[in-house]
Amino acid sequence: MAVTAHTKKAALTGNTAVAIAMKQINPDVYPAYPITPSTGIVEDFSGFVADGSVDTELITVESEHSAMSACIGASAAGARVMTATSSQGLALMWEMLYIASGMRLPIVIADVNRALSAPINIHCDHSDSMGARDAGWLQLYAETVQEAYDNVFMAMRIAENAKVMLPAMVCMDGFITSHAIENLDLLSDEEVRGFVGEYKGRNSLLDTDNPVTWGAMVLQDHYITFKHQQSEAMTRAKGVAAGVMKEFGEKFGRPYGLIDAYRLEDAEAAIVIMNSAAGTTKVVVDDLRKQGKKVGVLRLRLFRPFPFKEIADALRGVKVVAVLDRADSMNSFGGPLFNELRSALYDLDNRPKVMSRIYGLGGRDYKVKDAVEVFEELLNISKTGKIDTMTKYITL
Amino acid sequence: MATIKELAKKDELLSGGHRLCAGCGIPPIVRIILRSANGPVVASSATGCLEVGTTIYPYTAWRIPWIHSAFENSAATISGVETAYRALKKRGRIPADKDIKFVAFGGDGGTYDIGLQSLSGALERRHNFLYVCYDNGAYMNTGIQRSSATPLFSNTTTSQAGEVIQGKQEWRKDLTRIVVAHNVPFAAQCSPHNWADLSKKAEKALAVKGPTFLNVMSPCPLGWYTKSEDSIKLAKLSVDTCYWPLYEVENGVMKVTYKPKEKKPLAEWLKPQGRFKHLFKPENANLLSAFQARVDSEWQRLIDLDGKQVY
Amino acid sequence: MAEHKKLPEGGVIEKGGTAHGYSTGGWRKLRPVVDLGKCTNCMICWVMCPDSAVIVQDGKMVGFDLEHCKGCGICAVECPDKVKAIKMNEEAD
Repeated sequence: MAVTAHTKKAALTGNTAVAIAMKQINPDVYPAYPITPSTGIVEDFSGFVADGSVDTELITVESEHSAMSACIGASAAGARVMTATSSQGLALMWEMLYIASGMRLPIVIADVNRALSAPINIHCDHSDSMGARDAGWLQLYAETVQEAYDNVFMAMRIAENAKVMLPAMVCMDGFITSHAIENLDLLSDEEVRGFVGEYKGRNSLLDTDNPVTWGAMVLQDHYITFKHQQSEAMTRAKGVAAGVMKEFGEKFGRPYGLIDAYRLEDAEAAIVIMNSAAGTTKVVVDDLRKQGKKVGVLRLRLFRPFPFKEIADALRGVKVVAVLDRADSMNSFGGPLFNELRSALYDLDNRPKVMSRIYGLGGRDYKVKDAVEVFEELLNISKTGKIDTMTKYITL
Repeated sequence: MATIKELAKKDELLSGGHRLCAGCGIPPIVRIILRSANGPVVASSATGCLEVGTTIYPYTAWRIPWIHSAFENSAATISGVETAYRALKKRGRIPADKDIKFVAFGGDGGTYDIGLQSLSGALERRHNFLYVCYDNGAYMNTGIQRSSATPLFSNTTTSQAGEVIQGKQEWRKDLTRIVVAHNVPFAAQCSPHNWADLSKKAEKALAVKGPTFLNVMSPCPLGWYTKSEDSIKLAKLSVDTCYWPLYEVENGVMKVTYKPKEKKPLAEWLKPQGRFKHLFKPENANLLSAFQARVDSEWQRLIDLDGKQVY
Repeated sequence: MAEHKKLPEGGVIEKGGTAHGYSTGGWRKLRPVVDLGKCTNCMICWVMCPDSAVIVQDGKMVGFDLEHCKGCGICAVECPDKVKAIKMNEEAD
């Protein structure tokens, strides 16, 4: 579809919106491999290449492993590189994810969240990106198509910041966001160019007059030093992300933060949740608020680095919290978000009681009634002070 | 083609001080190929002896830009580098008159086995690069495990010659033929002992536009259980016995580039190698003759194709 | 602790050929010795050397880089039969 600089409003699927964001960035190299439900992104982008509306070099590689390998080669050659994937595709990239971050290459990928096999399933949950949470990538999550679109630009800016230089993953819910049409505001191409700027990678392999070696074997004498550098970059990324999000809001009128705290100010009970299911939860919060119940929602926009301080500040004063994970870490002690968030609250003087609820795996619907039930349980715990079941699957 | 003296005048692009074994066949292969490029080269390597041996931080033997990312993806990684080159050239960030050559290296494990898919993909996509497989016939870097390039009956740590099984039971994968089936403009088998043939083929491969391939016999004193000084001699014997024929396929035409005046018995190549020791027990004479028969038939098949269009 | 600030990010080695500064001469049990009177400068030893340790100046073989030579002996074996200008001596001698 033709989107010009003059078309500010559009009704698009998440996939098309992300593809348009990539088109507006016009990266140097795009190694592509199709996988449901992210395929729409590469298909749309391939159309842009065919029409000449980007001059990106698209290479249609033979696997996601090779897609990420080619991303790494191109990025080490100094190019700006993007791609998209989902689920098994991200899983096949696993080995290379760690190599991209260890080499400090600011590759940006869209991950359209989908469940991991087995059993095979094409629908949404977060087990793919949550499984990659320790791979050293920045992770941004989106509630809406608008946010997925905007996150692409912000992710690129954060990743390429000289203080960060880490790859970034822009996550949105498979089918729910990727295939649903929403109205959104697009930036003009000029605005995008102004925001993301030019990128010129360091130590380019193509500078044959200054030959560099990428990917040397580093032994006991220095390995930990490079991991320490990487860890410090991840720590710095939080401040950089906050700055980039603030700048984005000021420039384009759509304010974003590391977290999205919804009606939490005086909340007694809160649900913590990510991506599209936050929308449903907010509707329930509005309804329950009308009934005088003090409830709220905390949604993480940034999962890597983990904004532990911002989370603790947002939940300070809340009595009971349910963390809803759309992934299970299979540790028999709750989902990944639950575990990290609970740790983030540990140092609060009056820390809330926190329980884990796993929902929506493999695309199982998360409905208004599900959120209502969780809030009712939380409000009950708030009275009794007792959590019956710490960890539980819901939406079964 | 450059003479040896002309080659010697060019810059040394692989420094000494690397940690490859004494007598390793890989460095002469790399040195000859890099010197045959006639211009700047950027290389990738698969995880393996060459990668580990040449780049132990903070030391690198490479005087050209070089990247290693993982084991199975030397071809995919160089695909990305070469694509970035085209992208940045198109956008004027690399001078239009600058011509860079791209070379991906991998051992037989990283090429025949785990890297076969990424190699096939990169060949099919017609990236402008040369893939060089240094074939020493096993996973030497991890301690001599069988690969699909391992010769028949070879004793490796995962295809041992024991009481009931006499080493690897399968004939090696013919990777060069598989590459040829990708309709690449140039593919060849080479050996470092014949530096002139190797250099000429490398020069040709790097001058051609599109994906090209060299499969190079790479002696390994460690895994072959041979003396370090005999490496090049053994490379020559692999060719003179016709176990490792030198040939090229250029635009689909097969050319056997070296035909020994007198084909030596296979045993002359096998005998000095500890990995074939068991074949010289009297009770294994039948295995030895079966091996010889297979080498003979493979050689004949090649000779029959000589000069013919093979795709 | 200050070390990590100095090292280039991502483990990149920013200069080519730094291995030249690493000595592998200590690996040697046998040392190559050339009789330059016999040498015909055919360069076979140079081209076959795995350690880039045959020194060539102005088209002539002038000796060995013993910082890097591992003493494999390929040069001595490959030196043409009619020439045989290189022999391997015990390092201890």
